[in-house]
Amino acid sequence: MAEKYDLNEREVWDGNFAASQALRQAQVDVVAAYPITPSTPIVENYGSYVANGYVDGEFVMVESEHAAMSGCIGASAAGGRVATATSSQGFALMAEVLYQASGMRLPIVLNVVNRALASPLNVSGDHADMYLGRDSGWIQMDAFNAQEAYDLTLCAFKIAENHSVRLPVMMHQDGFTTSHTAQNVYPLADKAASEFIGEFKPVDDMLDFSRPVTYGAQTESDWHFEHKAKQHKAIMDSRPIIDDVYAEFEKLTGRKYNRVESYLMEDADVAIVALGTTVETARVAAQQLRDEEGIKAGVVAIRCFRPFPFDQVREALENVKCLSVLDRSSPGGAMGAFYNEVSAALYTTASRPLVTNFIYGLGGRDFSIDEAKRIFKEQQAHADAGHITTDIQQFSGLRGPHLGFFQTKRG
Amino acid sequence: MQDLNLLAQDNRGQSQLENGSGLVGWDEITQGSILTSFEGDATEIVNQKSEERMYSNYNSYTASVASWRVEKPVFNIDVCIDCQNCWVWCPDTSILSRDKQMLGIDYDHCKGCAVCAEVCPTNPKSLIMFSEQTALDEALASWPEKKKKEEK
Repeated sequence: MAEKYDLNEREVWDGNFAASQALRQAQVDVVAAYPITPSTPIVENYGSYVANGYVDGEFVMVESEHAAMSGCIGASAAGGRVATATSSQGFALMAEVLYQASGMRLPIVLNVVNRALASPLNVSGDHADMYLGRDSGWIQMDAFNAQEAYDLTLCAFKIAENHSVRLPVMMHQDGFTTSHTAQNVYPLADKAASEFIGEFKPVDDMLDFSRPVTYGAQTESDWHFEHKAKQHKAIMDSRPIIDDVYAEFEKLTGRKYNRVESYLMEDADVAIVALGTTVETARVAAQQLRDEEGIKAGVVAIRCFRPFPFDQVREALENVKCLSVLDRSSPGGAMGAFYNEVSAALYTTASRPLVTNFIYGLGGRDFSIDEAKRIFKEQQAHADAGHITTDIQQFSGLRGPHLGFFQTKRG
Repeated sequence: MQDLNLLAQDNRGQSQLENGSGLVGWDEITQGSILTSFEGDATEIVNQKSEERMYSNYNSYTASVASWRVEKPVFNIDVCIDCQNCWVWCPDTSILSRDKQMLGIDYDHCKGCAVCAEVCPTNPKSLIMFSEQTALDEALASWPEKKKKEEK
């Protein structure tokens, strides 16, 4: 039996510590991990909980992130509750195995502390790794601060392990800005947390000797398509279950989460759509602009990046005149992926608001409140003109001559 | 002479999921493409001989790989000393042996690698490779004589 860990009603935790405490409270059976900046402290803290007897599960040090996720898959298929953490290059090395986990429908929880991908080498936060996972068949949730990193990691287990879902879940937080910033966090008591997540109930577990199963089958053109379609349906169908888990969490804590988080959107003319800590920056900017200049600014944040909330994005944004979607990942020769997804959702509305794209914050480049205000005001100018007056895709916070691509044909 | 259909099951090589009008759709396949090995409770399966087990359609035991083979090992029961060397060495568990008595070859799973013939210690060998088309009686009729020591 695990040792009792004393918790205060209010703790000062950074995002990494918050996530590691959620893993401890979940009483994970196996953590197979290979630490990497900036997610190292999640693994390091968890290792200390194991060493000091605060968890009963096993901690497996492996030789790479590829092996970390492979170990997680083995342990999950065997029938245990499984979690790990990674970032950036480690995430990239894990990528091949991520698809194995989701294809085998294994409910692994992966804490991803978002960091840029080399080259050039960079340890700071952007969303390149999160974007790399977007087609991997995992549910992806995004925390904007340490409290959310804690809360949503608890929710991640409950969503992943639901027998109607049975899909792995990535819990994202921004490298350093969330992972290393100490903030007030209100944790649940251990008992309340473990009761919320519930007992792990295995499905098709390999350690059930009365019903041996084979994982990792090969299917060619005759069967592969059907399996991928079934998997896609499962992640699409997880939307109401994610909503249910958020609602149950609200009953327990009073903290309400939504797949799409809207801020000051009731009467907004212009909006910023963003992920991660930028959401909080944009919210401050929106409030200030309303107070100082009367601009009806609002913020739409994506809490659940996969399954992409096509439905709720439409509802949140269809009454806005102009919005900008902020992509914190180098798009490599396209519009930002996030811009494309939001635009596709809005194209199916009657109003079809103007949508612009900013690439920003790569490699941890700071995104300020003033810059968020400037972007809001630019969207107001587009709205007043009735068409996009700048390049559709621009760069925010970039040194050197103006860089932008493509112009509207609606003007 | 061994029974060529030893342990063969009717459903070998027929393990496609069909629903009458062809292969089933996405909604009828297993979650996570997992494959179950046996029908029913398999708790005591380890104590059962393979011909007694209720293999599921997903089990590779029900699939035949006979077509992979170019040459087949033929077993001569009159020469065999039941040493079990071939049983130990066969990489495909295709040597059929019960109570330390060699019975023959599982031709549904033998891929014709010839390891059994190589490791057979008898004189002449009790397992010899013949072309796939050679009939069993023809193979046995052409079995070599015991080699004398000076002929080595």
